[in-house]
Amino acid sequence: MSRTDFHESIQAAIANPNLTGALGRFSEAYRVSRAKAYEGIDFEAVRTRIAGLKSYAAAHLEELAAEFTRNAEARGAKVFRASSAQQVNDYVLDLARRNGVAGVVKSKSMASEEIHLNAHLEKAGISVSETDLGEWIVQLAGERPSHMVMPAIHMTKEQVSEVFSKEVNERLSSDIPQLVAVARRELREKFLAAGMGITGANMAVAETGSLVIVTNEGNARLVTTLPNIHVAIVGIEKLVAKFEDAVPVLTALPRSATAQLLTSYVTIVTGPSPNTDGSLKDLHIILMDNHRTEMSEDPKFRQAMQCIRCASCLNVCPVFRLVGGHVFGKTYTGGIGTILTAWFEELKKSQDIQSLCIQCGSCVEVCPGKIDIPDLILELRRRLVKEEGQPLMEKAAFNIVNNRTLFHSMLRAASVMQKPFAKDGLIRHLPMFLSSACEFRSLPAIAEKPFRDVFPKIEQRPGREKIAFYAGCLIDFAYPEIGEAVVNVLNAAGVEVVFPMGQTCCGAPARYSGAYEAAAGNAKDNIAALLAEDATQIVSACPTCTVALKHEFAKTFESLGMTGRLESAAALASKVVDFSSLVERLVKEGRLAIPAAEQLETLTYHDSCHLKRTLKADHEPRGLLRQAGYQITEMAEADICCGMGGSYSLKMPEISAPILERKLKNAAATGAETIAMDCPGCAMQIRGGLDKQGSGMRVKHTAELLAERLKK
Amino acid sequence: MESLFETFRARAQAVSAEVHRFTAKSEALDFIAEFLESQTAGATESPVVWADGPYLDSSDRERMRARVPALTFEVTRERAASAAAGITEIEWSIADTGTLAGDFRTAERRLASTLPPLHIALTCTRAIQPDLPALFTRLHPRQSSYISLITGPSRTADIERVLTIGVHGPKRLIIVFVDELEAQ
Repeated sequence: MSRTDFHESIQAAIANPNLTGALGRFSEAYRVSRAKAYEGIDFEAVRTRIAGLKSYAAAHLEELAAEFTRNAEARGAKVFRASSAQQVNDYVLDLARRNGVAGVVKSKSMASEEIHLNAHLEKAGISVSETDLGEWIVQLAGERPSHMVMPAIHMTKEQVSEVFSKEVNERLSSDIPQLVAVARRELREKFLAAGMGITGANMAVAETGSLVIVTNEGNARLVTTLPNIHVAIVGIEKLVAKFEDAVPVLTALPRSATAQLLTSYVTIVTGPSPNTDGSLKDLHIILMDNHRTEMSEDPKFRQAMQCIRCASCLNVCPVFRLVGGHVFGKTYTGGIGTILTAWFEELKKSQDIQSLCIQCGSCVEVCPGKIDIPDLILELRRRLVKEEGQPLMEKAAFNIVNNRTLFHSMLRAASVMQKPFAKDGLIRHLPMFLSSACEFRSLPAIAEKPFRDVFPKIEQRPGREKIAFYAGCLIDFAYPEIGEAVVNVLNAAGVEVVFPMGQTCCGAPARYSGAYEAAAGNAKDNIAALLAEDATQIVSACPTCTVALKHEFAKTFESLGMTGRLESAAALASKVVDFSSLVERLVKEGRLAIPAAEQLETLTYHDSCHLKRTLKADHEPRGLLRQAGYQITEMAEADICCGMGGSYSLKMPEISAPILERKLKNAAATGAETIAMDCPGCAMQIRGGLDKQGSGMRVKHTAELLAERLKK
Repeated sequence: MESLFETFRARAQAVSAEVHRFTAKSEALDFIAEFLESQTAGATESPVVWADGPYLDSSDRERMRARVPALTFEVTRERAASAAAGITEIEWSIADTGTLAGDFRTAERRLASTLPPLHIALTCTRAIQPDLPALFTRLHPRQSSYISLITGPSRTADIERVLTIGVHGPKRLIIVFVDELEAQ
């Protein structure tokens, strides 16, 4: 797909109200019902067990596949190990032909979709019926599943009625129970007539040779009961060592997938059982590799083998709920789908779709396999840049950012050049190719005086502790007033703030674009500048920068094999803290008292992705704001991304804009006069959006609100 | 046993299963007979299939056949496909999730519990297990080539996410617990 086609497919998806409406409503309901389904369950404990048993399996694939084969064959199953898609397709077709099979019924199997088995069989004149209702709808409509668990979520009941009416040659109403009854009637005939049943499996247990199949409709029980031949196509990532391993997976899978305590049916097949005519089932189990071993041997991507295919990473993704599954390609969708596509098809196939990830980390919180999906997507990005090269514009930009003196003097020059476009500190229109950058939100003007020039003029009382302030580009060059507020608050606690002038961009933009060399250059410069200062801690008021300093410098060095730099990265990391966590500590130690006001404007708080999910600081800023006398009215989805994502909002404005729109709607619904946050990036996005709307809502960094109180 | 049963009932009802409980087997069989009479009254075409299980002895079968003329204990594919109801005897259940669990290796049990629109499950109150790990100490793939866990009737939400019951399997699941139930 060309880049333009890709952007067109995104725009088409976003413009489809059925898709975005259904996915939007689902994603809102999902968060609530998932939490309810996990009541009384220690999710962390369950997912630690799953991650452990799945990573064990990934490290012992060959051994477990052999054990499974031995045990399943001892029980009478025929096990076929297939390395490629073609081998699977040929095996199934040959089996069907040898047995004179005319009709096949299938229960849901992603593995069979991955290898396009239906097309292969149909080409040979064998009729194939999907029996999962959603899959059948999609099959009849000639479409592709838009969601791993809910394949037809993009279709309305009217569209389904249309499709069914054509199939049964009668005019049907769009009444859902009636449509379901039609499916029951039609598919029942196919079940009874089929010569072969094909299923996937959610687990293949090595110890017992068992397949564990999870469904709600009961179609897998029919598929494994009515036809005399049962073929199970199982990706080898479904192998688990012990039967008891089924317990944590069966605990998490239904809860994470559909917020059920257990699906209606769990079927455990161990060897053949009698058929309805008294013969014994002809049971064939195909253990399919199709690049899974390769993936499991990659030290970084082995983690992706821990996936249990619950699709919760899709359900909580702020991007997926806008674009749905169709933009992702043929089989696997969403965050994990991007990774699986890169491996099961080829890395290049993930070129476009990996750019959909905004790196908000929502999926990391809910993944029952403990997979760091955004991190793996970044790794894809890095490898793509290595193999396919960086876009020229980006490359030029990162070269500049890597040269601090040049970068900073360009920003100063831009501050002068922007003058015709800037008003009240905001840029509302830009000419030509830059125009899309501020179509949906205004941009901040570059400050006349960067923070590095302001800092020496800030008056500080002498303090008994020295803490270094890392500003980051946005505070330094767009919002120096936030930097000033940080200094004032800390100084009020008896801290002397120092500002190492050698500090430069944190490298996050380069890293998130896969330009790891550039990011490593930034990391090196910053470590040297920040550690040179004799400070007890290093504070940042930008969570993205904080995460870069605290967690990502080391990761970048590691990815590039620069192990000699890891020690200095760790030395820096141990000193880095985000603004609110530091101030909370100072208050706790009795070094700072925030005078509470009697009457303050109403306030709502937006959680920045990196602060909430990587730095785990959501109570800290709220606690401080409450001490200052603010009543916080929580907005819906306070911790969902605002759509900024650094340069994401420039690369994907069509996605960034509706995410922002939702955020602004949720914020406005609280009736609050001020929206507080701890991130200058979020502030830039949200302030820009409010300005375009002409809203009077104030956007403030927590540091500014605290500084306001301390001034009085 | 009481608290396990109460948990089971709450969880099973939450997923649209119907739960009944009796002290003696004879009471449960009376209930099933009356229920089937009310369901199959007039519809003599449709059989009722009862798959062999551990709980009924020959006199029980005789008595049930006499009361419900449509009832047959010989479950075939054709009979199950046209049946108004299917009855199975199920060994275990799980309180935690409101789940029935049993050995379904015989085709008859699978037919009776999948094809008819109504599934009646006869099971023993004392066999309720608290949770999945406890169940797996009782029911293991070593003993059965086909284990089924059943939680409520067949369901789908594939059209506009609207929960709809009875897509491929039973539309109603009626669970009949008996306190004093012995394998024959």
